[in-house]
Amino acid sequence: MRDQRPTVILLVIFLLSGILLVKLFAIQVLDDSFLKRAESNAIQRIVDHPYRGLVYDRSGKLMVFNNPIFDLMVVPREFQVGDTAKFCELFRISKEQLIEGYAAAKSYSKVKPSPLIKQLSTTDFARIQDFLVDYPGLFILTRSVRSYPTPTAAHALGYIGEISGVQLEKDTVEYYAQGDYVGLSGLEKFYEKEMRGKKGVKYKMVNVLGVDKGPFKEGEYDTISIAGKNLISTIDLDLQRYGELLMNGKTGSVVAIEPKTGEILAMISAPFYDPNQLTGAEFGKTYKNLNKDNSKPLFNRPIMATYPPGSIFKIVQSLIGLQEGVLTPNTTFGCNRSLVACHNHPNPVNLFGAIQNSCNPYYHQAFRQIINREVSSNTFKDTEIGLNAWRESVLKFGLGSPLGIDMSGEKGGDIPSSKLYDRIYGVGHWKYSTIYSLSIGQGEMQVTPLQMANLAAIFANKGFYYTPHLVKAIDGDPEKIPAKFRQKISVGIDVRHFDLIQDAMVEAIYGTAARAVIADLVIAGKTGTAQNPHGEDHSVFIAFAPKDNPKIAIAVYVENAGWGGRAAASTASLMIEKYIRRTIARPDLQEYVIAGNFK
Amino acid sequence: MKESEVQINRVDWIAVSIYFALVIIGWFNIYAVIYDSQVEKSIFDFSISSGKQLVWIGTAIGLITLIMVADYRFFENLSLVIYLIFLLILIVTPIFGKEVNGQILSIGVGEFRIQPGEFAKFATALALAKVMERPTFDLSKRNYQAIAFGVLLIPIALILMQPDTGTAMVYFSLLIMFYREGLPQWYYGLGIGSVSITLLALGIDNNIYLTAVIILVVGGLIYLGKKSWQRILAFSLIGIGLIAYIYSIDFVVSKLPPHQQNRVMVLFNPDIDPLGVGWNVTQSKIAIGSGGFFGKGYLEGTQTKFDFVPEQDTDFIFCTLGEEFGWLGSLVVIGLFVGLLYRLVIMAERQKTRFSRIYGYGVISILLFHFMINIAMTIGLFPVVGIPLPFFSYGGSSLWSFTVLLFIFIKLDSSRASQLGRIS
Repeated sequence: MRDQRPTVILLVIFLLSGILLVKLFAIQVLDDSFLKRAESNAIQRIVDHPYRGLVYDRSGKLMVFNNPIFDLMVVPREFQVGDTAKFCELFRISKEQLIEGYAAAKSYSKVKPSPLIKQLSTTDFARIQDFLVDYPGLFILTRSVRSYPTPTAAHALGYIGEISGVQLEKDTVEYYAQGDYVGLSGLEKFYEKEMRGKKGVKYKMVNVLGVDKGPFKEGEYDTISIAGKNLISTIDLDLQRYGELLMNGKTGSVVAIEPKTGEILAMISAPFYDPNQLTGAEFGKTYKNLNKDNSKPLFNRPIMATYPPGSIFKIVQSLIGLQEGVLTPNTTFGCNRSLVACHNHPNPVNLFGAIQNSCNPYYHQAFRQIINREVSSNTFKDTEIGLNAWRESVLKFGLGSPLGIDMSGEKGGDIPSSKLYDRIYGVGHWKYSTIYSLSIGQGEMQVTPLQMANLAAIFANKGFYYTPHLVKAIDGDPEKIPAKFRQKISVGIDVRHFDLIQDAMVEAIYGTAARAVIADLVIAGKTGTAQNPHGEDHSVFIAFAPKDNPKIAIAVYVENAGWGGRAAASTASLMIEKYIRRTIARPDLQEYVIAGNFK
Repeated sequence: MKESEVQINRVDWIAVSIYFALVIIGWFNIYAVIYDSQVEKSIFDFSISSGKQLVWIGTAIGLITLIMVADYRFFENLSLVIYLIFLLILIVTPIFGKEVNGQILSIGVGEFRIQPGEFAKFATALALAKVMERPTFDLSKRNYQAIAFGVLLIPIALILMQPDTGTAMVYFSLLIMFYREGLPQWYYGLGIGSVSITLLALGIDNNIYLTAVIILVVGGLIYLGKKSWQRILAFSLIGIGLIAYIYSIDFVVSKLPPHQQNRVMVLFNPDIDPLGVGWNVTQSKIAIGSGGFFGKGYLEGTQTKFDFVPEQDTDFIFCTLGEEFGWLGSLVVIGLFVGLLYRLVIMAERQKTRFSRIYGYGVISILLFHFMINIAMTIGLFPVVGIPLPFFSYGGSSLWSFTVLLFIFIKLDSSRASQLGRIS
């Protein structure tokens, strides 16, 4: 019996050691949660934020850069203030600010840094720098905010802001972290991936008190940040600023495009704001104020506002009629005002005269020819077939759906199909007399100023366009912009039909927009009036110039400014002069537009 | 001259080698604890713990030499004297000792301080060996049991007055030696049974379940056995006693000082107070658990080095090993301890005198307890008890006392040929 006892003791030793080894195996090898907890204990991941890409205008002038700002940070445990009054004087803060800031920092952490004074200016930073050595526990943290040397093109450039919870959830690759800044509108949003660069990461070890103990594994896992790519914008800074000068105090849009390339030379949304306001610490407050403003300065009108195209649409009707063969240059209709109102002009008119004089009854009759082709003996059916075929032709002009500009939030407008009228009136209950308003660009039709500018570019190019865009090159390489911006899009109208149109547009200027005439520069244009059920009509004008070898195509909308021949045509003409001549020879007209009294 | 040569040859070199292996691994681990890549200091730097430990190791070798050249009879003859001297020191410690955190553990002058509680272990083992060596001494008899427990309980009582519960607990490990020397098995059955019931009562929140199980078991035994009234009464009393015991545990625990209450409760739920008393266990488990299979590599650990684990160079030294050398490193060290204990059992069993054998089992008991409880507490299997890992933990008293404890036995073993066979 007793002889077994040494064996029992040995068995107990083996058994207990076995238990230890099994438990150790469980926590060391099977359970990796301890490894993660160890890392969160001792390894701090410090993200090195890259510089965001810069933006230049088409001639290389800086539009957006990163301005360093300096936060004075405090580590409460190490901080010794000494003479409080002296400290407050040196750092130019009140005693209350110091006490409050220090208390907030202390309640966050005694050993980790918190901001004591946020966003010191460069001059304050330079002044404070010399005193810093006297105060242990204080240091400067450098960050950067977006800054705009010329306060212009706020809508096009867009702004950045802290990432939202929803965006964080959508970020499946987990690039972003809470508190990161992302582009929220304009180019900043569309080119976010290019401009944000690549974050770097540093792993450093900290002890139980959070004190830095040097890089983890000599920085083996660290990566350096890569600065974002710079954008060269298509915007002509001088033209953009000039447009803002003209549009100041008004509501509306100006979009200027280089027809040969689809590059947007200027894009003005009025009223506008100083982009410098939407940066840094003031972002939240300013954004709230701008958002509350009744004049909607944040609303990006060139791509978001939609209006009926009005008389300008008559050119599109003419081109579709010519292409379909239902109109010829010699087709003549009487100015029958019993069909639709018109104004005094020679009567009857051929197609050229109709464009030149913007004759409403002509297009009432011409549009009937386009729609009712007697493909079906049923008038209702015939109208339906005709409308849908016509709609297909209109869509090719880049109307009715977003063009695909490199900005988010672009509206498509609307070109109605038979479905809309079926819904309103019921199938078989509508015919040409229901939809004739479309003939003169009114009724159930909506387009954006951008689409109208693009239309001007199509007329200038005689039948094709490039998707309008705001970026010429990324990091100096034009090949890096999205391929779709380098694709020529045809509108399906033969080149030969455009000569008559262009000539008529040149003549139209003299008839309806004499103010737009520039000596020795042939402008082709067309006025329009977007009907406004809520008040004074909107003044609209599109144009391109010079007629031969066009360099600029433009659309101008001035809200509640009445007839297109005054406000819009004058503005467009000045923009054309500014872009082509680089100088204004008509100070009176400029004054007239700036004053803004168009009645 | 000739005699000592013979003795050298009879030294158990396996046990000695394992001892040195553990001491050296321990020394490297102590350096890993304080290693800081930013402030590089040599392992030999005397201003840091690894340098000081080197001094302790050097002096320990001196102690070994002294023990090995001494006459083996010295230990047997003076065992009771040594025991009495240490009892005396334990008595005066609370009077002249230095108070740290409400405990008076050490005594000495200036820098030179010893913890008598550590050294009294080998003295008690020697004294027990001395009183139990007589052939007539029989642990199955009450009067001998009383003597043995008396010798054991006096130092325990004195150490509890310091108060140092952890060290006092170590003395109970000598019950393993009592087992080998014939203390009846039912003592152990009773002990293990009551410990199990205690742990169950503490671990299970609601005592109703445990009570129900006891009633069912006792009822079943009464029902199945023969139904004499004495038997029914006896079982009923046992059952009632057990239930009363369960409920009394909660009462006793609630009367303990809060920090001791927490130490017990943390065992069952380390998240009960992760920043307070649970901190040690949680951080210790994180350090060891993050080591993985192969470990992070020597001096590459982050948890112990950066002070996440408290008392990392003394009681929690195993964390550094677990973190930097992983499960494999733990296996090697536990293997060395098991190897040493196994070797000591073989050595104890080959002794010709009861004195040597009893002392040998005393060494086994104390080492086994320290090694098991220390590692078990670092991985959350046992409440946090402030006892060091033998040969590993930083500190002179600890290293010296274990060295003396072990080498007296190695000396006795090496001299076994000269001893008269008195084994019964």
